[in-house]
Amino acid sequence: MIEWGVAIGQLLLFIAAAPLLGGWIKRVKCHLQNRAAPSLLQPYRDLAKLFRKHSVIANNASWLFRATPYIVFAATIVTAAVVPLLALPLPTAAVADVIVLAGFLALARFFTALAGMDIGTAFGGMGSSREMMIGALAEPVLLMTVFTVSMSAATTNLSEAVDFTLQSGLVLRPSFLFAVLGLMMVAVAETGRVPVDNPATHLELTMVHEAMILEYSGRHLALIEWAAKIKLMVYMALIVNLFLPWGIATEFSAASLAQGFVVTAAKLALLGVVLVVWETVMAKMRVFRVPQYLGFAFLLALLGMLTHVVLETGG
Amino acid sequence: MSPLFATYLALASALLAAVVSLGVTRLPTLLRYASFLLLGLSAASAMYAGMSVLLTSTSVTMELPLGLPWLNWHLRLDALSGFFLVVIGVVVLAVSLYGPAYVRTFVHAKAPQSFTALSVFTALFILGMYLVVLADDAFMFMVAWELMSVASYFLVAYQHQYPANRRAAFLYLLMAHIAGVSILLSFGVLAGAGGGYTFEQMRAADLSVTWASIAFGLAFFGFGMKAGMVPLHAWLPEAHPVAPSHISALMSGVMLKVALYGLIRLVYDLLGEIQWEWGLVMLLVGAISTLLGVLYAMLSNNLKRLLAYSSIENVGIILSALGLSLIFIGNGEQVLGVLGLIAALYHILGHAIFKGLLFLGAGAIARATHEYDLNNMGGLIHRMPRTAVWMLIGCLAIAGLPPLTGFVSEWLTFQVALQAPVLKSGVLRALIPVTAAMLALSAALAAATFVKVFGVAFLGQPRTRNARHAHEVPLGMQLAMGMLAILCVLFGILPSTTIGVIDAVPQLLLETLPPEATTAGWLWLTPMSADVASYSAPLVALALVVVGGLVYLLLRVRAERIRRVYPWECGYGEVNARMQYTATAFAQPIQRIFAPVWDLDEEIVEKRHAKQPQLVESIRYQLQRQDKSWSRLYAPIGMLVLGAARRIGYLQTGSIHTYLAYSFFTLLFLLWVVT
Repeated sequence: MIEWGVAIGQLLLFIAAAPLLGGWIKRVKCHLQNRAAPSLLQPYRDLAKLFRKHSVIANNASWLFRATPYIVFAATIVTAAVVPLLALPLPTAAVADVIVLAGFLALARFFTALAGMDIGTAFGGMGSSREMMIGALAEPVLLMTVFTVSMSAATTNLSEAVDFTLQSGLVLRPSFLFAVLGLMMVAVAETGRVPVDNPATHLELTMVHEAMILEYSGRHLALIEWAAKIKLMVYMALIVNLFLPWGIATEFSAASLAQGFVVTAAKLALLGVVLVVWETVMAKMRVFRVPQYLGFAFLLALLGMLTHVVLETGG
Repeated sequence: MSPLFATYLALASALLAAVVSLGVTRLPTLLRYASFLLLGLSAASAMYAGMSVLLTSTSVTMELPLGLPWLNWHLRLDALSGFFLVVIGVVVLAVSLYGPAYVRTFVHAKAPQSFTALSVFTALFILGMYLVVLADDAFMFMVAWELMSVASYFLVAYQHQYPANRRAAFLYLLMAHIAGVSILLSFGVLAGAGGGYTFEQMRAADLSVTWASIAFGLAFFGFGMKAGMVPLHAWLPEAHPVAPSHISALMSGVMLKVALYGLIRLVYDLLGEIQWEWGLVMLLVGAISTLLGVLYAMLSNNLKRLLAYSSIENVGIILSALGLSLIFIGNGEQVLGVLGLIAALYHILGHAIFKGLLFLGAGAIARATHEYDLNNMGGLIHRMPRTAVWMLIGCLAIAGLPPLTGFVSEWLTFQVALQAPVLKSGVLRALIPVTAAMLALSAALAAATFVKVFGVAFLGQPRTRNARHAHEVPLGMQLAMGMLAILCVLFGILPSTTIGVIDAVPQLLLETLPPEATTAGWLWLTPMSADVASYSAPLVALALVVVGGLVYLLLRVRAERIRRVYPWECGYGEVNARMQYTATAFAQPIQRIFAPVWDLDEEIVEKRHAKQPQLVESIRYQLQRQDKSWSRLYAPIGMLVLGAARRIGYLQTGSIHTYLAYSFFTLLFLLWVVT
């Protein structure tokens, strides 16, 4: 029973901390780019403001437009529930494995894209079309990278896979190196960061995710924004805990959990800095460069998989 | 009711439906209902018969005193045919609900076709499909197969006033017969070795690996062509869309599955020992079909054509799962082979349901708007709210999204593919993950395709007058779609229960049960064991509903009223329908990335202002896309056949003297041979 308690606590922490991680990334980015930085708590203020505001929607919006924020939020929370954050074992990981996680991210994307087309403005359709293109190319990369880990660990259960990496100690696995690079590239694309998309722009011909949600306001927008932050954290937690799980709590004592909390927070913060540096040194790409970018990521993922098959399984 | 009686009832009522339909022009309304009622009865009893053998894992054999004097018609109802009877029954049942209202548009139409033909051939087509899956000898199988093919030819050719339909129907008939010949030859190989045409004798035949492989090759070509595998698929997107929509649903949803039934029956049941090389061929062809099928679908703007292409994708998924299964069985991994087979069967069931649903939905749209082109639709969610819900469920299911039925088979297929490390051959170990990547790419592209379908057809603003004045379809049609949509959800969230029933098929064919798929109860799906992979669809669905609902209620407590306003279009005046992304525009990024897949002919003509050349007055954009299999495979073969015919045609001079000379020389030649 205590496992489920920890799992639920972890999920709540996940949901609550996601805006903080977003705030941290924004703050470091501002410092790195010589701009005055907003407070770490700014994302919470933004969300609170949006929740208080009127929702304004277009005359011809259908029920789908109004339902989408809830579906997207719920689907993202399901994915957050199955990624180990602080402690192992995670009982919820048995409910939905990594393929289901990819499926739920796809479900959220499906509905966001549909909502983008609901009003019938040019921007919405453009965003949806591009998002589906990026998603179509990114999903196989995501699955390939996690399959590399799943094949090594002989499980698609994320909790078991993290446990496997933890148990096998510090073994140099070339396949994991390729896989983590591929996963990082695809995470950048999937969460709409530079160089694929820019979360900070509006009303530009280059925007993708923002174009789809352009018609949202008030609490609907708040839910979508929050879901986007949780999604970013899901990817980051996946990267740090799947490939570098050391420090995660393996028992449910207070000391162990506290250690897990501190270590995970530090790892996520560090990965946030890496992301910021990446975003700062890269320029935003043209849309039709994105396939090449994702093609490269796919190649890395494939190399990881083949390295595993050829080098790491005795034949 | 015994399964035997139910089977006879299904066959008899389908036959009776055909007979009743003969008089349909006399008493249109009454007999139309009677015909569909009988078809519904036949579907229900087929499902009953199928379910009872699946649940009890028994098999029943029958012999009808028909057919050749020395070879009566043998019928056999076992778990495999039972499963396919259920698949056929589900879609036929939906069609029988849908039909009466839908076909009314054809009754009063002042068109050259006879309504009788539609009703009679629909019933015969369905009867043919029942008989194919029940056949227990090759002769009976081929007769049923031809009944199915020829009856569906008349349905494809139904609206024969359009030249394109006539062409499609001819192509369909041609391909069906090339496939038929190939299947017949395959049975011939088996019958030669087994000494007879009953499946019993074929099963007992002792084939060498070479002969077995030849039989497999012929059968794979024949059944694969009928199922629409790439590159033999070109007929499918021509033929399936031109039939009336409920027929398209039967053809795409069920008839392709009947072809796959033939393949499964032959490979798993009749051919004896399974070679892994067959699996490899099937896996590769399947993976390519999946990817190309979905890419072609992505670029189609005609809704029914798009759905037909998407069937090619789904047949590819099924072939991939079957291929994996054969590879594992050939390498001695019986248990994994069983799982692959279950994944394939699950997808067969799922695809029949959601493709049936989508085709019925396309028919509903056509009835309401008279449009097939996505670019002429738009905003239908406001005009046809219920159809929109059912179609949305169908789109989600076919896109392989959890927690609906398409996801379960995809998940199982990935789980089987992930077991590749147990294989000894390094090539296979490397190849299987690559094909898994192709499946993942196709699944994501399928999601993009169905965002396009739903987004362009149902969302946004109506693009034409027809779309603006659409009306919701009658109750019967809604019921049919609703039934299939609910099944999409049920089979999505109750996979363990479903697999517990499907189990009977691998038990029959491979005498192995999947190890632990269902041992953890109805809540859990654990194909290998709980620590390898588990998925609890009911819990996931529950979590989705609970979280979404809770958030909604929480926000409702103190939510302000939602304000509705005109959308802002950057100050250019009112938003109009022409500002929206079209279906072509939506697919354009994918078209650009995967350009080598199609024969593209793009033309952009810019007209500039005479005095100020920097001003563009108008732009005309023309795009022609064609499936490459036409220009690379079908057209060359067609030319070759024509060329050969022309050469042989030189013999035919039209002069009696020459013909007499031919006869004379032939006689001389024969005399020489005899002596």
